[in-house]
Amino acid sequence: MSVGIFETIRTRFPEAITASSEFRGETTFVVQPDQLIAVCTFLRDDPAWRFDLLSDVSAVDHFPARPRFAVNYHLYSLENNYELRLKVWLDGEQPQVASVTSVWPGANWHEREVWDLMGIKFGGHPDPRRIFLPEDFLGHPLRKDAGQFYEEPQFMHNFDLVESQKAYAKE
Amino acid sequence: MGLESKLGNMGVVTARLEDIVNWGRTNAMWPLGFGLACCAIEMMSAQASHYDLSRFGMELMRASPRQADLMIVAGRVSRKMAPVLRRLYDQMPDPKWVLSMGDCASCGGVFNNYAIVQGVDEIVPVDVYVAGCPPRPEALIDGIVKLHEKVRRSHPLKGDREPIRG
Repeated sequence: MSVGIFETIRTRFPEAITASSEFRGETTFVVQPDQLIAVCTFLRDDPAWRFDLLSDVSAVDHFPARPRFAVNYHLYSLENNYELRLKVWLDGEQPQVASVTSVWPGANWHEREVWDLMGIKFGGHPDPRRIFLPEDFLGHPLRKDAGQFYEEPQFMHNFDLVESQKAYAKE
Repeated sequence: MGLESKLGNMGVVTARLEDIVNWGRTNAMWPLGFGLACCAIEMMSAQASHYDLSRFGMELMRASPRQADLMIVAGRVSRKMAPVLRRLYDQMPDPKWVLSMGDCASCGGVFNNYAIVQGVDEIVPVDVYVAGCPPRPEALIDGIVKLHEKVRRSHPLKGDREPIRG
């Protein structure tokens, strides 16, 4: 299946796929970010594949390697029982990639989650808000350089120090 | 064999007003039904027949904060839930008390991260902390009895909040 789909996409979009890998029957294609929407639309609509379900959108931070971020799209074909993973590499502190909500509307919340926790912008997203964290949260906590969101545990030896920094609520 | 036989035929009982008010407050202290996580399961268990919190006049978990006297914070409080919790506290009529149930609500517990408030005392003033992960219903009832002691000792109008040890 993976060889066939690789050849199909290569003939349709000669520049789109830069690498592919296979691990225990799971196929991954690395797609150029500017070709993502075209490839996704093709995979969804082509009668031979019909990847009509976007199971998940996830992101990995490979800091300090460059390019830094990898966004993964897990596709599934209900009709043919095929699975496929597309991977897009992004670089920079403000990475951006086109939103696939126009292809699969279900990508809406997945992409909001990736934006919320990893800080990857999805261009053309209809509702680009945070989804888990409060609106006024600063930063994106799953980035490897996000800093410590950590409070010093209070023991006997540092009781007074931690106590002096603790914010107690008033009536 | 009711109270009448103990009192004889006097018909009048004298007591300090503070004591009667505090007695009334402790014996009909309605908690806000506010379960946030697994501690809420133990809180429900404390309500149920085996532990029977209604022995203390607390069988009524109120769904509205406007009818509640006690907020049992049962579970970890996420940063997104924090403003909601404070709002519910502000909607409760005075006098009101807060019981922080379990390690997560008291100090963050095992969740020392960006998502969880490190102790609900950052948001609302807490009267009694109950340790445990989760505390057994006996521990929750013990904390409630401690809170009752505190209410009985405090002045009903001044509402002094002296700490209770032990």
